Amino acid sequence: MADAHAIAHDDHHDQPPAGIKRWLFATNHKDIGTMYLLFSLIMFFVGGAMAMVIRAELFQPGLQLVDPVLFNQMTTNHALVMIFGAVMPAFVGLANWMIPLQIGAPDMALPRMNNFSFWLLPFAFTILLSTFFVPGGAVAGGWTMYPPLVLQTGDSFPMLIFAVHLMGVSSIMGAINVIVTIMNMRAPGMTLLKMPIFCWTWLITAYLLIAVMPVLAGAVTMLLMDHFFKTSFFNAAGGGDPLMFEHVFWFFGHPEVYIMILPAFGIVSEIIPTFSRKPLFGATSMIYATASIGFLSFIVWGHHMFADGMPMAAQLFFMMSTMLIAVPTGVKVFNWTATLWRGSLSFEPPMLFALGFLFMFTIGGFSGVMLAIVPADFQYNNSYFVVAHFHYVLVPGAVFAIMGAVYYWLPKWTGNMYNLKLAKTHFWLSTIFVNVLFFPQHFLGLAGMPRRVPDYAVQFSDWNIVSSIGGFGFGLVQILFAIAVIQCIRGGKKASAAVWDGARPVGLEWCIASPAPYHSFTTPPVLEPAEVRHT
Amino acid sequence: MNVNRWSPNSSNGYNLPMGVTDISHDIYGLHMLVFWICVAIAIVVFGAMILSLLKFRKSRGAIADTSMVHSTKVEIVWTVIPVLILVFMAVPAAETILKMEDTRNSELSIRVTGYQWKWQYQYMNEAEGIDYFSTLSQDSNFARQLHSGIDPKSVPNYLLSVDKPLVVPSGTKVRLLLTSMDVIHAWWVPDFGVKRDAIPGFINELWFKVTPGKEGLYRGQCAALCGRDHGFMPIVVDVRSPADFQKWVLEQKAALNPPALPAGAPAPAAAAEPVKTARLD
Repeated sequence: MADAHAIAHDDHHDQPPAGIKRWLFATNHKDIGTMYLLFSLIMFFVGGAMAMVIRAELFQPGLQLVDPVLFNQMTTNHALVMIFGAVMPAFVGLANWMIPLQIGAPDMALPRMNNFSFWLLPFAFTILLSTFFVPGGAVAGGWTMYPPLVLQTGDSFPMLIFAVHLMGVSSIMGAINVIVTIMNMRAPGMTLLKMPIFCWTWLITAYLLIAVMPVLAGAVTMLLMDHFFKTSFFNAAGGGDPLMFEHVFWFFGHPEVYIMILPAFGIVSEIIPTFSRKPLFGATSMIYATASIGFLSFIVWGHHMFADGMPMAAQLFFMMSTMLIAVPTGVKVFNWTATLWRGSLSFEPPMLFALGFLFMFTIGGFSGVMLAIVPADFQYNNSYFVVAHFHYVLVPGAVFAIMGAVYYWLPKWTGNMYNLKLAKTHFWLSTIFVNVLFFPQHFLGLAGMPRRVPDYAVQFSDWNIVSSIGGFGFGLVQILFAIAVIQCIRGGKKASAAVWDGARPVGLEWCIASPAPYHSFTTPPVLEPAEVRHT
Repeated sequence: MNVNRWSPNSSNGYNLPMGVTDISHDIYGLHMLVFWICVAIAIVVFGAMILSLLKFRKSRGAIADTSMVHSTKVEIVWTVIPVLILVFMAVPAAETILKMEDTRNSELSIRVTGYQWKWQYQYMNEAEGIDYFSTLSQDSNFARQLHSGIDPKSVPNYLLSVDKPLVVPSGTKVRLLLTSMDVIHAWWVPDFGVKRDAIPGFINELWFKVTPGKEGLYRGQCAALCGRDHGFMPIVVDVRSPADFQKWVLEQKAALNPPALPAGAPAPAAAAEPVKTARLD
């Protein structure tokens, strides 16, 4: 095979090229994975800084710090940065690092495209963030970009569209790479159903990405046309249809939600068995549940639009299909719980984050079921209840899973064990503050506070103070995460190949040295069934 | 009174308001039903999780049972039971949807138009001709400016009072026809259990019927991000008894058509935009 030949040929460079060229021209999956993860960490702090501005303004009623326009810019860009800059690149970084190691491949299938898909991101976000300095200010119409409001954006409008296109192209290329790698480069004998769960969840995620990112690209291109070329896709006065944008957007947007959670399911399904010292319960049903969630994600988009005015039949359909998602999601939660049952549990930092995920993601799942009930949704829709719901599934859900993954695999990446005490402190403080931050937002929403407002009636003051304190605490505590990661990169107690010796780490990634050599699996491994997956 | 220390509506500050319409009661009931079902499931699931965390710790010498990998019987049980629970919740929810969508036999229709950042109310039926805008009241508007130096707590109903509220009769099925002249807005009064988007080029419908005896002022806000002053376009509904409402209509009409002028004043210009309906009935 040509690929194998090239890799064999390169075998004698086991050192990466020196200096900036190593990163600019990177084709090594580990280097690209590292860049994705560091980029995501930086964006996490940028988006977090915006969240701090939001919580500071909402600390008390009245406007103290920012005017409503800047406030709307903060909410809009906080969402765009966190979704497209922090969570998605973190998952792609993890995929880059771990998929080749887990399936016994020497690298990703398309290394140069891999380089391109990463390097689009810094440009996309430079464009997006520079909109704060153009006439008319940054985008302030919400990350959902609903027309006609988004068409009132100033000079930053075409920059937004271009940045979204770049992010979309980057995601599509990342997804193609994952699919091609998994389909073609598994070690001999690793059938699809023997593949580790993290790879499975990413495979399904990659198909979702390829299906929906072009839809988003189409939607924003139509916006661009409406703005500059006088088309009327979404302009009612010209015979267009503003609601059509919402349908197209959420046809992208709902699978997007699962793009941000399915890899997290995969991570948790790796961590819990390791520290329970027990195989994942119902591993095959986990794969089917993930695939069902992927399928259902395409037929539930209407639940974002119940209050928009929908035919009754559509309300009933979207209510039922949305409720159905609770079934495979429930199967997953039950399987994780059954994995804990009669295990032998220990509580290293990755396990703490996985357990935090398990409890708090389930809380977000419950509020999700409540939101599916259409009549009640008329009260919850666009209130802080929704804000609480999606932050529960995204912060102690997706973000905790990413942090758990970092704490799980960081010793494999760096060869060093991080400061376990610091990581545990990071977990406990994060868990306390994330609940102080988001739990009261359920109360605010139920009591009638709308979302995306810079100011509120004085009756909402108390819970907003509590929520803001939680927000500042959660934001500050994340500095511990950065410290733990940087310390670990610089040095520390050497980690063994299996890293978690006292636990039960299963998978090919634990068969190679720590740190993982610059080129790994240059010859395909011979598989022992027990070392492939937690089954 | 419907305004209290904890919430600008009949909520207790941490739960949905019970509200003053049959629909808002139905919604409250559904919300509590689903909430308690979630609590029950949470007790079972979190209970099992917490029990495992306490009982099966390595530090307590627990030995992992590595033979426990799957059980078709258990997996079928925990797939089927959630389906049954969901059906149990979906049935009453569907009944309420049918009720909410039934806008037939309304006794008073009002066209509600959203603007950046105010609401226009145009009455139809016996109140035809009454037409006015409703905007954030002056004192709130002064206090809400950046660095205004005015303590919002000193302003009555801060951000939730308007110059001219929407006036409706109690015990009457009131239908609102919602549209917008610029961007998408949403009309939300929590105590009525209604929220619906006002979309340019579309007419959305909603209806409410306030229980007689519950006359008073009810407050809500725009619920769809609509630009700079999205947080500053409140909704206030003044619910009066049918007799008081009649009196108000006559007063408004008298002010509108001073008796000295001949009848047949020009009708307000109709909307030029093409209008579609978002509903199929």
